[in-house]
Amino acid sequence: MAGLGGRRPADRATRRPLTGPLPQDEFDRIFSRVPHRTVDVDVVSRAPGRSHEAPGVVWPQRVCGFARMRVRRAPAIIVAMRHRIVILGAGTGGTLTANRLRRVYGDSAEITVIDRDDRHVYQPGLLSVPFGLAEPDEIVRPRHAQLHHGIDFRVAEADRVETATNIVHLADGETIGYDVLIVATGAALLPEETEGLIGPGWDETVFTFYTLEGAVALRDALRTFDRGRLVVNVIDMPIKCPVAPLEFCFLADWYLRERGVRDDVELVYATPLDGAFTTPIAAERLAGLLADKGVIVETEFATGQVDATNGRLISWDEREIPFDLLVTIPLHGGAAFIARSPGLGDELGFVTADTATLQSRAAPNVFAIGDATNVPTSKAGSVTHFEAETLIENIGHFLDGRELTGSFDGHSNCFIETGFHRALLIDFNYDVEPLPGRYPVPHVGPLPLLKESRLNHLAKLAFQSIYWHVLLPGRDLPGISSQLQLAGKETELSAEPGAPR
Amino acid sequence: MTASTLIGVPVQRNAEGFFTDPHQWTEAMADEIARENGIDELTDRQWIVIRFMRNAYLENGSAPSIRTLGKVSGVPIKELYQLFPKGPAKLAAKIAGIPKPRGCI
Repeated sequence: MAGLGGRRPADRATRRPLTGPLPQDEFDRIFSRVPHRTVDVDVVSRAPGRSHEAPGVVWPQRVCGFARMRVRRAPAIIVAMRHRIVILGAGTGGTLTANRLRRVYGDSAEITVIDRDDRHVYQPGLLSVPFGLAEPDEIVRPRHAQLHHGIDFRVAEADRVETATNIVHLADGETIGYDVLIVATGAALLPEETEGLIGPGWDETVFTFYTLEGAVALRDALRTFDRGRLVVNVIDMPIKCPVAPLEFCFLADWYLRERGVRDDVELVYATPLDGAFTTPIAAERLAGLLADKGVIVETEFATGQVDATNGRLISWDEREIPFDLLVTIPLHGGAAFIARSPGLGDELGFVTADTATLQSRAAPNVFAIGDATNVPTSKAGSVTHFEAETLIENIGHFLDGRELTGSFDGHSNCFIETGFHRALLIDFNYDVEPLPGRYPVPHVGPLPLLKESRLNHLAKLAFQSIYWHVLLPGRDLPGISSQLQLAGKETELSAEPGAPR
Repeated sequence: MTASTLIGVPVQRNAEGFFTDPHQWTEAMADEIARENGIDELTDRQWIVIRFMRNAYLENGSAPSIRTLGKVSGVPIKELYQLFPKGPAKLAAKIAGIPKPRGCI
């Protein structure tokens, strides 16, 4: 500002903007020397609640630069409002949202992303680690390196959010104010909530591949596992990537066959649901898949206790499943700070959000994305990606004081590795169950839906590169719509079109 | 999908007996659905669970998990299994006129 001959466009301390009009020549002189953009407006803005002030001035919350406003009367300087956007979480949702917002708002928004570490794990890769199909360092990159220049990244632990005062309290006592808050802190694993799960057998006979450390420990155990009962158990829904436990079964079948020990291993899938496949068309189409691979399915098994010493799972209704090696998918909940934030989360710590707009029910300037929300669709990266489009649109509308029109439909799709270099692909939303068909181009594909194919497997492998280089940077995936497309799907098969899933 | 009548009112239910349109359900139908499923008369404790599940579904669009029921319905998980043999999630959902809990596939 020193080059402006002492004429400061605004005083940061008192938050008083300079009001116009200025002589045209001085106006041009100032604007030729500072970075600015020109905007056309039909109506002179007034700041909310400041209607007694002079028109032509937008009262700032933060001063960030200049815009040149062409109005019908005399030219005036406006000081653009610099939006303070705080994003909690730098995983899939936080990163791609920050990058997209940066692209939309540039320097007119101050974007701060906070995470408790700088380690971004490509979570789909966790499934590959136990079978030696990926090395741990291949699926981890620094979080900060995924964020565009101009985004402020901080490593800090959130303690709580006070939505009434628009303040994030960090664990070290620091406070951060925001105009818009986006909660993208994902889902946390809560093995301690199941009696006996964390105990003498943890990482010895009881493992989870839902963390990188757990996936590595499981890899080491599987290398020498050559006889006995391998039980894969989902303790309760919701979980991240709900198909991953099934994929683990399929890949374990392949892996044990490759090692020549499959006949000496009983492979069991224990689920709290009433089947491995619970949507009608998928259940019909895929009925034989588990039986063909010799996977024993235990249904409606709600685990109440794990007795690792004696190798048994015990359900709430006192059924037992013996195991030699347990692969558990522990209970999930939201990040711990959500429970400490008044009104923000549900009983499991997931942010209660409008299923269509993704706006928090706690406050209109708080939004949530990805696994952190309680919206009734899968906790999966594809969902997060599709939600981002709605989120960016709605944040824009919110900042403009307009009605939120972005509407998320629950769209999700995911590959399901079935072993032997083949995979399924499913595509669904809040209302439409997975159906056969072709994706992404209707009737053409090339990927078949709800059907095993080698092409689906290759697409899944290719996706890892797309994740880092297209999805996280916030670029569009050509041909991939954020809304579910019914074209190309065999919709006539669905017994309950439009019925809630 | 099959048409049937409950307390003399025609309703649509799927092959497993779950309502295809939860809004066709009324509380007066619950006892008859319970009898179809081997529960002679619904107790007050069972009604707590049924009403909780239905309200949760109507609010969030999905049936609550066992864990949610145990945390906030006011009925401990052990008792839930006594009230609804083979599991409250499915049977109570059926009696409450809402869809059963489902995975994504």
